[in-house]
This record gives sequence, structure tokens and C-alpha cells, in this order.
Amino acid sequence: MSTRTVLHEADIARALTRIAHEILESNRGPDDLVLLGIPTRGVTLARRVALLVSEFGAAPVPFGALDVTMYRDDLAKNPTRTPQRTEIPAGGIDGKTVVLVDDVLFSGRSIRAALDALQDIGRPAAVRLATLIDRGHRELPIRPDFVGKNLPSARDERVNVRLVEVDGLEEVTIES
Amino acid sequence: MRHLLDTQTLARTDALRILDVAEDMADTQRREVKKLPTLRGKTVVNLFFEDSTRTRISFEAAAKRLSADVINFSAKGSSVSKGESLQDTAQTLQAMGADAVVIRHGASGAPRTLATSGWITAGVVNAGDGTHEHPTQALLDAFTIRKRLFGDDSRGRDLAGVTVTIVGDILHSRVARSNVWLLTTLGAHVTLVGPPTLIPQDTSAWPVTIRYDLDAAIAEGPDALMMLRIQLERMGAAYFPTEREYARSWGLDAGRLASLPADSIVMHPGPMNRGLEISAAAADSPRSTVLEQVTNGVSVRMAALYLLLSGERTEAVKEDAR
Repeated sequence: MSTRTVLHEADIARALTRIAHEILESNRGPDDLVLLGIPTRGVTLARRVALLVSEFGAAPVPFGALDVTMYRDDLAKNPTRTPQRTEIPAGGIDGKTVVLVDDVLFSGRSIRAALDALQDIGRPAAVRLATLIDRGHRELPIRPDFVGKNLPSARDERVNVRLVEVDGLEEVTIES
Repeated sequence: MRHLLDTQTLARTDALRILDVAEDMADTQRREVKKLPTLRGKTVVNLFFEDSTRTRISFEAAAKRLSADVINFSAKGSSVSKGESLQDTAQTLQAMGADAVVIRHGASGAPRTLATSGWITAGVVNAGDGTHEHPTQALLDAFTIRKRLFGDDSRGRDLAGVTVTIVGDILHSRVARSNVWLLTTLGAHVTLVGPPTLIPQDTSAWPVTIRYDLDAAIAEGPDALMMLRIQLERMGAAYFPTEREYARSWGLDAGRLASLPADSIVMHPGPMNRGLEISAAAADSPRSTVLEQVTNGVSVRMAALYLLLSGERTEAVKEDAR
């Protein structure tokens, strides 16, 4: 078994900065944006990107958390998952452009669940997807709009994203 | 978690897990769309051998909000009244493909028999058995106390240092028993108050303080005062002389309400006998949590059903075998 570091602290910071600029560019400014992270690390990333977007766009951009546990299609195939907190910013999501933020995009099933969860909360004008790592192997017709790094991987490899706020260190590694 | 049978053997981590998941469930119940797709395709059977309205509809609402199919089975008008045994009823439900059975039964221990007999593979939730336990009621009471004390900051917290006084017919109350164990596990201190005839003879194994004088108990300033229903069907057995005398000595009237500390809450599992164990003034005051308890009951039961039903079944069986 070997572990290789693919992104260091500075690489992650650069990737998030670029994603923030791309979000502003595609949205033509910071208006009506809401960033929602998918627990656990997606929430941390959503907060960081939202603060960068607020800084570059010179206007506060709301952010929150969207738990998808109750909407997953694989609940019966795994040990019981504990749901995490969903926090929708005060302005809601109706008519907004929601950017979903996740750490690793893999099968696409979490995002499918997230789209279902969003539908029960409101009706956004548009939904976009930002991910720090896209490792391929999609099982559903879902693609990201903003990608930190495309990381070709074998299906049985493990991609670990570690963030200071959650794990105490900052890196992305791949284990095979 | 495979079954929810009692709170006496419920570990602190499991209790907190149910309460924390219930917080997430409560959040979803404030939305316009309250239904979650989580338990689609699962079947929950409400197997009620005793009359109950609120517990049954609370479980029914909880299961339906999680998209499970609900089958209500009450002993009245069923083959049980023709003499069918619990075993045959259970095996019939198994053959119909029940994933969870919510059972209320007049005999203490019936849910455990159902869970351990091997008649069914479904998860079993005790919804009240004899004078033994009523675990989901205790969980919703703990949830309500925690919510009133800590508000949105409730997740992960226990009830360390909280004092709860339970008043009334302790002898016959499964709600009191479940609360004694659960609240103690969560770090609270429980005081039981009632006429000596309605306190069990030997409470030496219970981690509680016993009082017979309600005014003395109120003077200690409990954080929560829980009034139990006096079951009028027991009046004939002469546990106390008259209703008026009970109300005067152990009922929560306006005077006693006023002598409670300003931030204490008044709880009642319902249905209430207004004017007997609780006065209308107390029941309708802002300190009363009666309706919050009903609302929280749905969230707590959603959490219990979720934790029982969402995981991999074989995994749960393996865990049990260990």
C-alpha cells in the first residue's frame, strides 16, 4: 500500500481561490449566490470559498450546509449513518443560484441525493457544482462546474481530503 | 441499534445519538415539505394490544414522514380477540414482510419476548408495556427538557446537574420508570413525589429521591416538574380517598405554580385530567411544554425508526450476535 500526496496546503488554497474567481465570473458577480457544503468537509470548503467570493466580489455571500443522508439510495447497504446538520442561510434558496460544494466527486450519488434534498427546501434558479477533487468513475450523468483538481484514479484507490478545521492538517492524498 | 425496548439498558451514547438525530428530524419538520424519502419501501406495523391514540398516531406520523408504509393493527376487532397468541400474530406480521414492529402491550416484557423469541426478524420498538417502560416517551421528555434549557445549542449535550421532579401515580407508571433510568443516564437527578399508596414499596434499586410532600419538593426548585396522569380507572382501588383530596395534596394548582422558580418548566405526558393532577392555569401557562412534547414526540420517533431501519440488516444481526 502506498500513499502519495497530490495537493499540499498552498495547492489547496490556490485551487479554492481559482474556484472563487470562476464562480464570480460565471455568475457575473456575487448577486443571488448561495454556497451550500455537503457534510463534513464540503461545509468547511463552502465556508472558505464563500469568504473568498465575498472578498473578491466585495459583497457578502451567504453559505450553509446541506445534509444528504436522508436522501441517499444506499442506506440499506451500509451501517447506519448519523445524519449531520442542515443549515440554510436566512434568505433561503428560492430564486438563488445555489453552488453545491463537496470535497471529492466520485460516483455522483451524493450529488443526486443533494439535488433531491434541495427540492424539498425550495426552488433555486440554478444549481451549480464545485468540487475540490474530481476523481472520475461517475455512475450518474452528473458533472462539476468548478473543479479544483482532476485526479485520475483507479476505482479501488482511496482519495483522502484533510482540512485543518476538521483533521488538524491540510493535504490531499491518494492511497493505493 | 436493533431494537428499542427500554431505557434501563440504553447506553448514554445511544441515547444522545437518538436525541441528536431527533434534532435533525425536528429541523426538517419546520420545512414546508416535511416528508423525507429515507424509509421508502419499508413497512412499519403498529401492533397495539392496548388503547392508545396519541402514541399510535405519533408513531404513524413519524413513519409516514419518513415515507415508510404503515399498517395499524389493534387488538380490538382483530383475531387477537378470537384468542390468537402473540406468537401467531407476530409470525403473521413476519410473513407479511414487516421491517419494524411498534408494540404496545398490557403485559410487562411483551416487547422483549417479541424481540428475542426468533418469531420475527423485524426491529421492535416498545411503545409501552404493562407497568414496565415507555422508552420513546422518556426520550421525548429528555429532548423537550434539553431543548428548553439549551435551545438551538442542544446537540451533543446531556442533562448533567438538571433536577426533574415526577409527581403522581409512580406505582403504575411506565413513563416514570423510563424517565428515571434515562434522565439518570443523562446526568439528571430525579425526585419522585406521590401519596405513599402510589409509590412502589421497594425503590432501593432506583437512583432517585422519594418525597411524599409536593410543596416540599417544589420548594427545592426543580428545573422540570412532570405531572403524571391519575388513571381514573384505578380510582375504585382506593389508593386515595377522593379526587378532591388528591388535587389538594398532589395537584399542580395556581398557588404551587407560582411558587416554582420562574424558569422551571411544567410537563405532562397527556392526556391531562384538568383540575385533578394539573390545573387549567398550569396546563395553559407558557411554562407548560405539553404541546411541545407532542411535537417533539414525532421527531424523536422519527429518529428511533431511522436508526432502527436505515442500516444494513445483516450487519445489525451480526452486531447482535457478538
